[in-house]
Amino acid sequence: MTPAPDLTVRGSAAIGDALLFAPLTLTLAAGRWTCLLGGSGVGKTTILRLIAGLDTGAEFTGQIRASDGQSVRERVAYMAQDDLLLPRATVAQNVLLGARLRGEKPDLRRCDQLIERMRLQDHMAKKPGELSGGQRQRVALARTLMEDRPIVLLDEPFSALDARTRADMQDLAAEALQDRTVLLVTHDPGEAARLGQSIVVMTQNGITPCQPPHATAPRKVDDLETLETQGALLRLLREEAA
Amino acid sequence: MKLLSGLAATLFALAIWQAIVSATGLPKFILPGPALVAETWWQNRWIIAEHTWVTAVEVIIGLACGTVLGVVTALQLANSRAARVLVQPMLVFTQALPVFALAPLLTLWLGYGLWSKVAMAVLIIYFPITSSFFDGLMRTPPGYLDLARTMQASRRAMLWHIRIPAALPSLASGMRLAAVYAPIGAVIGEWVGSSQGLGYLMLLANGRAKTDLMFAAMLTLGVFSILLDMVVRRATAGIAGEMR
Ligand SMILES: Nc1ncnc2c1ncn2[C@@H]1O[C@H](COP(=O)(O)OP(=O)(O)OP(=O)(O)O)[C@@H](O)[C@H]1O
Ligand SMILES: [Mg+2]
Repeated sequence: MTPAPDLTVRGSAAIGDALLFAPLTLTLAAGRWTCLLGGSGVGKTTILRLIAGLDTGAEFTGQIRASDGQSVRERVAYMAQDDLLLPRATVAQNVLLGARLRGEKPDLRRCDQLIERMRLQDHMAKKPGELSGGQRQRVALARTLMEDRPIVLLDEPFSALDARTRADMQDLAAEALQDRTVLLVTHDPGEAARLGQSIVVMTQNGITPCQPPHATAPRKVDDLETLETQGALLRLLREEAA
Repeated sequence: MKLLSGLAATLFALAIWQAIVSATGLPKFILPGPALVAETWWQNRWIIAEHTWVTAVEVIIGLACGTVLGVVTALQLANSRAARVLVQPMLVFTQALPVFALAPLLTLWLGYGLWSKVAMAVLIIYFPITSSFFDGLMRTPPGYLDLARTMQASRRAMLWHIRIPAALPSLASGMRLAAVYAPIGAVIGEWVGSSQGLGYLMLLANGRAKTDLMFAAMLTLGVFSILLDMVVRRATAGIAGEMR
């Protein structure tokens, strides 16, 4: 794995004749978590997919660059809101999917380690249908980590979980992705306040940076400054919507 | 319980049948009653078994060939835009032709034996298999494809590990349709020209006003079709689970 680079998205996007977002600059600091908040439909997923090199409905004008000048899309791991586990494959096979798709020899030891780290060792041979939502989400996270990429893109990965499982997953992910350049798209100001080492709010007119709490991420769920930040972010989101 | 309700439904159908026979008083060469048909069936059980065997072989070979052809075609179509542009309209057009009208031609080309019936069965199931599997291949949930792309999967790996598994339930439903259609194809083939098979036996019995034997052959065909449907259902049950 190359060391995690800085990442810069600079440009604007349009759908047909309509502007989706005006020219903006989004910088993701190397090896840190950036949380991207914003109203529904402002283009958060679009930005994330542009970075991943996936099709979007929008026409993007601009550039997406890594600070080390190397290709971006070949170095991303992508975790979507849906866990996207293959229903016919076991937990272990799902975690090893990337190697299988590339025809590489799977690193079974690493796979075992990750599964253990996600506390899934009792479920290795199970199919996704036999797992709870939180367990499935942990398999998806293990699969994302298995890719061992310097840039990790997360699109509302925990939104379908109950509050407790979500907090657990946030802790796990924060710990496991410590030294990666992470972009987390989220609807949840609380999530951004807990995890963001940098927090930005996106609107049609551009990107507003916000002050993250001082404590180290992942912050305690009842940390006062984190709760204040959560409130401030929510207020900002509501003002933007008005 | 299922067995019991099946039995009840059968008895009910037999009762209605008998009631119609008794009420209308139709002569037995027009509408034989259940008792007579059962007796005829028992007396001719070896003849019927022989003809059933012939039809069963035609149907099973037809089913196997049709499935293989359909699967291969669907994979080609899914894999190549050129194939879609060139072949898909042709497929739709051939589907618009009444396959029954081709039966005499097939008999002319392939003779009175096994292969003209196999060809009929193949023709009749080829389209449902191809189109259901192809649809399944083209409707992979896009999230999985995106995931595979970010993992730098080759087209081939994506087809093999993502799209085909996701399309198996569609293939399974195509095969269930095929199990229902294939016997129809074989029997039509037999009607047009043959010296063996349940279709032949039905035609023969009809021509000699042995309506009871015709009923016996027809019911045997029905039972065979139901059994075939059950076998195919069971065989495809493992791959029928949806991908969500
Ligand atoms: N494939 C597409 N074709 C056309 N328009 C699209 C397509 N995908 C998204 N859009 C439009 O682009 C806009 C931005 O979509 P995007 O998915 O990036 O929003 P988002 O900020 O992620 O919203 P949400 O928070 O609801 O997920 C939306 O108005 C949407 O209607
Ligand atoms: Mg989105």
